[in-house]
Amino acid sequence: MGGMGMDAGGEALALLPELLLLLGAVGGLLLGLWTPQAKQWRVRAFTVLACLASAVAATVALPREAERVFEGVWVVDTTTGVVRITVALGVAVLVLLAGSSLTGHPRETEAYVLMLLGGIGAVALAASADLLLLIAAYLLASVPLYALAGFAKDARGVEAAMKYYLMGAFVGVLMVVGVAALVLADGSTSYIDLAVALPDAPAPLLAVGVLGVLAGVAFKAGAVPVHFWVPDVTAGTTAPMAAYLTTIPKLGAVAAAFRLLAEPFAALPLDVPLMVALIAAASMTLGNLAAFAQTELLRLLAYSSVSQVGYLFMVVAVAARTDLAVPALAVYLVAYAVTNIAAFAAVAALPHARTIAEWAQEAGRSRWLVFSLVVCLLGLVGTPPTAVFVGKLAIFAATWDGGLAWLVVVAAINTVASLFYYLRWIAPAAASGNAGSSAGEITPRASPGTVTVTAQKVAGTPAVVLHVAAVASLVLGLGAGWLLLAFPS
Amino acid sequence: MLLSLVIFLPVVVAALLLTAPRLNGRVAIGAWVAVSAVDLALIGWMWWRYAADSEPGPAGVVDGIGYEVDLRWIPTVDAGYHIGVDGLSLPLLALTGVLFLACALWSLREPDRPRTYAALFLFLQTASLGTFAALDLILFFVFFDLTIVGMYFVIAGWGHGNAQRSALKFFLYTFIGSLALLIGFIGLFLGSEERTFDMVTLAQNPPLADSPVAGGLVLLAIFIGLAVKTPLFPFHTWLPDAHTDAPAAGSAILAGVLLKLGTYGFVRIAMPILPDAWSRWAMVIVVVGVVSVLWGAFVALAQADVKRMIAYTSVNHMGYVLLGLGAAGLVASADEGARSVATVGAVYQMVSHGLLTGALFLLTGVLWSRGRSYAFDKWGGLARPAPVFAALLGVAAFGSLGLPGFSAFVAEFQILAGALQAAPVATVFAVTGILVTAGLLLLALQRLLTGPTRVPEAKAVMADAEPVPAGSGETAVLDRPLTTGAMRDVSTRELLVVGSLLVLSVLLGLFPRPLLDLIEPAAVAVVQLVAR
Repeated sequence: MGGMGMDAGGEALALLPELLLLLGAVGGLLLGLWTPQAKQWRVRAFTVLACLASAVAATVALPREAERVFEGVWVVDTTTGVVRITVALGVAVLVLLAGSSLTGHPRETEAYVLMLLGGIGAVALAASADLLLLIAAYLLASVPLYALAGFAKDARGVEAAMKYYLMGAFVGVLMVVGVAALVLADGSTSYIDLAVALPDAPAPLLAVGVLGVLAGVAFKAGAVPVHFWVPDVTAGTTAPMAAYLTTIPKLGAVAAAFRLLAEPFAALPLDVPLMVALIAAASMTLGNLAAFAQTELLRLLAYSSVSQVGYLFMVVAVAARTDLAVPALAVYLVAYAVTNIAAFAAVAALPHARTIAEWAQEAGRSRWLVFSLVVCLLGLVGTPPTAVFVGKLAIFAATWDGGLAWLVVVAAINTVASLFYYLRWIAPAAASGNAGSSAGEITPRASPGTVTVTAQKVAGTPAVVLHVAAVASLVLGLGAGWLLLAFPS
Repeated sequence: MLLSLVIFLPVVVAALLLTAPRLNGRVAIGAWVAVSAVDLALIGWMWWRYAADSEPGPAGVVDGIGYEVDLRWIPTVDAGYHIGVDGLSLPLLALTGVLFLACALWSLREPDRPRTYAALFLFLQTASLGTFAALDLILFFVFFDLTIVGMYFVIAGWGHGNAQRSALKFFLYTFIGSLALLIGFIGLFLGSEERTFDMVTLAQNPPLADSPVAGGLVLLAIFIGLAVKTPLFPFHTWLPDAHTDAPAAGSAILAGVLLKLGTYGFVRIAMPILPDAWSRWAMVIVVVGVVSVLWGAFVALAQADVKRMIAYTSVNHMGYVLLGLGAAGLVASADEGARSVATVGAVYQMVSHGLLTGALFLLTGVLWSRGRSYAFDKWGGLARPAPVFAALLGVAAFGSLGLPGFSAFVAEFQILAGALQAAPVATVFAVTGILVTAGLLLLALQRLLTGPTRVPEAKAVMADAEPVPAGSGETAVLDRPLTTGAMRDVSTRELLVVGSLLVLSVLLGLFPRPLLDLIEPAAVAVVQLVAR
């Protein structure tokens, strides 16, 4: 089918960004084995460089026409391209972020390598156009993450990893059953064949198949009703790892769901878009309601990420129905990655603060930290002119255009609800910042960079990541036009 | 380019203020005053050039837009950086400039974190100016939302009383409104043939013209969004709390400028872009306006707190605007002349209310700074110790109740005269609202200014004097002998600020022609667009 007229070398070249990530993982592991404990930063630098190289390669490949390589199982198009770039850059930032807490850890190298492998899994989820590859990608995006979830080896981490693993294994079985049902229905695993044959297949088989496959991607995305791992895993690990677990696999999983809805499930006799719309509505509503009462930062952000997946699944629901869907998905994925990483970086910047009150207290003296936090949290709400606002606008327009106006109303109400708990964090943080400065104890600071040096409690790298991400969120929001122009339409 | 400069100059200076931590607070406030003055001068220049350039009379809305800039921003949904001025936006831009300069001068001696305070207000000024200048729905929404964020921090950070709670309430309520607005905007985008967010294009070729249900629902979403901001009954409940707990300058901006974002949205967006739905539902809009007029007036009458009372008169005054705009949509039952008069009156009322309510809220700030209370029963006989304050309050109150010679009279007279033909019953009800407002403002003057002088006394002083009267909060009332030292009169600075707002109102009341010349062509254009 796809990839016609290309030799194997050309096809392999289409996977250059993934190969670079793999090189980073394997090379990093080997490098780590021969590097003394004190100089493990070399591994960090190497993996970050590999990620950056991968992002560059993906950016260069972006303007090309969509293509399907290796007999049509692997698609390189706008969605894949955006996920590739975002995952590569995200993993690079997260490796740096994790470095602040992993330095000197006996298994430092392993953590970086696992993060890169999980990144490859996320890209594979986004690119896969074949059910068997989708299963492989699911495993590749899951197994390294189980290890990362329990990396600290403390009680909460072990419990979190156990929960994550058991649930992942269970949903994985569901997914395999779903794939089996679809194969039974039409005898093929390729999305192109499925799109042709599935509309005539028996409805019960289809129902089992669709439910099973969607359960798999919804689990990776952390959507309701398979979201139970999200709060425990997020709260059971460190902030950088939590950022990784709630960002990277989601990017791939949402893109995978989008591709499923756009291609094989586009013309089924079942109302798959409605089902996805219900998942979306349930995710955003339950995520928001559960976040209301949280006082622990990581749990708050975990539920916030569940609700964000709800917004992303809106555009998944209308994947096949409107031209506005692809740019909307692209913008929101990028915006979500930037803003979510920023929020977790804010937590990582004050490593001793676990609750909102503690954070506000410790942040009191560093006003720029509070300022960037406000930008990021308002960004998560979708206040203009941040990146998520443009994403939300695009998603709302696409969803309405796809005939799901009621879902837009639900999402708007949920956005207001989400404002409430983000303000629960913003208000005390801003208040303590104000109190600190009014007391006249302002130490002279020239730029955000020096804050991290002068204030003792603030961890350096996470604070820089937070500031950079806050700026990026604003720049992406204001410069969304140029971003969108970069995509082939 | 000049318009962009006007809009973004304040926020650039705000950023500079924030990044200069060693800056003295006085210098920061001075910079704020200077920037506001420069901005106002530039707006004045734009007004002059705009009025001079278009000789047969500037039109507006779809053509005759001055200082237009149109850049691509989000091409996939055709949202752009499209700004410009016309007869609808210029008066409100000027009002924004005046009020922000007034608040800057008012806050000259702000003791509490003056640098951040100045930066926040400058940020708010950019957001407000941007909303009035925007000719693109998304751009409008961006600035509209930023005003909410800015005002939230003003109330939460510099408010008093239950400021955190009031700020949260303000943010949540108006955020609900803004999301309803966003949904409405997306509806306009999807309903339009060109798939655009550009207001001018949409007004030229109105979307959803042949689908009354969809048009009505989109109008409903936009109406709710703007009604929360305006605020209209029954979406007004955030207003009294936000006003009472906000600092005086914040209240003045909130009432003077931010409420106008709602009413301006009706004239700029709802009427020209959804003419069909607007005229179909015009009677409902008239009724909502009149209910707001009466509800605002009667609830204000019952208040025991002077700031809450003024807040409720805002609901009343904004109700007149809606009455005028609704009457402009009753195409079948009134001729174009009457509908134009009503629209002109509505826009005039926005400017007039901004000046007068701004002055009133600043004057309540005097009460707070002297006695930490707004309660009627803690103040009395202020005319004797503070004659200038009493004079200013009297003038502002008489202006606000619509006495001839003030801008409010010109505005309300035109609204009522224009609406009478289209909606006679509603207009008669609205006139009774004026009576109630007159009564309550006179009552307020009587309570505050006449009788034996009473000022709130700090608890510490009270403790050894006599038992605290039941029901009093942190301050208690003490009947004092008539001494002029009890209530410090307004300072020269305060007199200058409030006085100039009142003088402007009187000028607009006595010589309305220059402003009318600007508004009328644009209002006629809106009326013609609605009648399509």
